[in-house]
Amino acid sequence: MQKAARVAAVVATNMLHRYKKLTAFIFLAGTGIQLTAGVLPEDRADALYHSYDGGGVEVTGPSILIRKGDKKRFSVSGNYYADSISSASIDVITQGSPYTEQRTQKSIAVDYLHADTIFSLGHTNSDESDYLSDTTNFSISQSLFGDLTTVTMGFSRGRDDVLKNDASGFKRNVDRNQYQISLSQILTKNLIMLVNYENVTEEGFLNNPYRSVRYDNGSGGTGTQPEKYPGTRTSNAIATRFKYYLPYRAAVGAGYRFFTDDWEIDAHTFELDYRHPLKKHWDFDLSYRFYTQSDAEFYSDFFPFRNPQTFFGRDKELSEFTNHSIGLGVSYEFLENGWNFISKAKASFKYNHFWYEYDNYRDLTQGGTVGEEPLYEFEADVIQLFISVWY
Amino acid sequence: MPAKIACLTALLLLLNGCSSIEPWVKPYERAHLADPIMSFSADPASAAYMHHIYVVREGARGAEGSAGGGCGCN
Repeated sequence: MQKAARVAAVVATNMLHRYKKLTAFIFLAGTGIQLTAGVLPEDRADALYHSYDGGGVEVTGPSILIRKGDKKRFSVSGNYYADSISSASIDVITQGSPYTEQRTQKSIAVDYLHADTIFSLGHTNSDESDYLSDTTNFSISQSLFGDLTTVTMGFSRGRDDVLKNDASGFKRNVDRNQYQISLSQILTKNLIMLVNYENVTEEGFLNNPYRSVRYDNGSGGTGTQPEKYPGTRTSNAIATRFKYYLPYRAAVGAGYRFFTDDWEIDAHTFELDYRHPLKKHWDFDLSYRFYTQSDAEFYSDFFPFRNPQTFFGRDKELSEFTNHSIGLGVSYEFLENGWNFISKAKASFKYNHFWYEYDNYRDLTQGGTVGEEPLYEFEADVIQLFISVWY
Repeated sequence: MPAKIACLTALLLLLNGCSSIEPWVKPYERAHLADPIMSFSADPASAAYMHHIYVVREGARGAEGSAGGGCGCN
């Protein structure tokens, strides 16, 4: 029983802990700052089913996003998102036993348009058995220079409660502030540019309460002890993206992001995408993404002895690694002449395939000399099916 | 934190003062930019989910939000 709980905890290492901490980012990226100069977002509803399968982890669930406004000044949106997690990841296999977990996330936001300025306020709550998160977001979006430029500034503040399933008295906090500035710029009749900057500061219990590091016990064996992370983390990321309209009505996009933090992780992300409409109803999407990062200063796959330094961790997301992914998408638009209160509708299917390759995180399930096991790698499939309606 | 917010707000107000600059792409020249295929994130629920996948699996975070098209075409 305790072993099962520990397993869950470990898996939580990779999934739960990160899920929760990501809530704020989800809000900003997904429902908070999708603003166009001086124009409120369209009234629409999306019902999405998502599936992730890779590295022994399966995550499925729905996402329902509804937005409704008065078409003049106000627009309100609500999102319900759920994850059903079944995990037998490498962390779980090597440190515990498979487990299942549920996470639900609820968001609400309101946008208010005044002249060329949009004010947005939102709140997101995420709930799991061992992690609770609340984030409040505020942003201002202003169009300038005859609507050639849109500047958006956002701030969010989050507070998380970190719990531990096998320790009822365990409770720690994380406080998080995020500052974001976005610039959308029309460059030519066919080219638009987007620049995003985001600063994130976190303070509190930032490591996973379940995960352990391994070390040489000095007698030919391996010992383990709980991870210990710094109590603060500050990161900066800047990204730029371009979208170009091709002569035959298709769009090509490119993007780059640089990330750095005071844990000494540097990361680079490159993206390419292409959208091709076909006849009246169909849209086809093709995308490629490459990501690479260096490891955190306190990360090691195998430490030389117990308590080797002030901070130590063995989270594979803090290791040095790269991943590639390709994406394919197709959507079909229907009811374009309207039906009842619906003005149009769209059915979409998206598929992404990921290849993860780790440079200093080893696969302990493969056996071999301690500290020289094969490097870990895995592939993952992501499927999305959704219906969108406008009204 | 209040200082950062004050600086950002001041910057936005200063930029607003420059709004008389003549746009080099006229509103009637923005038909291509207004086409839905030019959206950085045409499907917000899907975009949010993919961002979630990235953040869970990677050490980097932030600056992936989309600020929309910004062409004021509607």
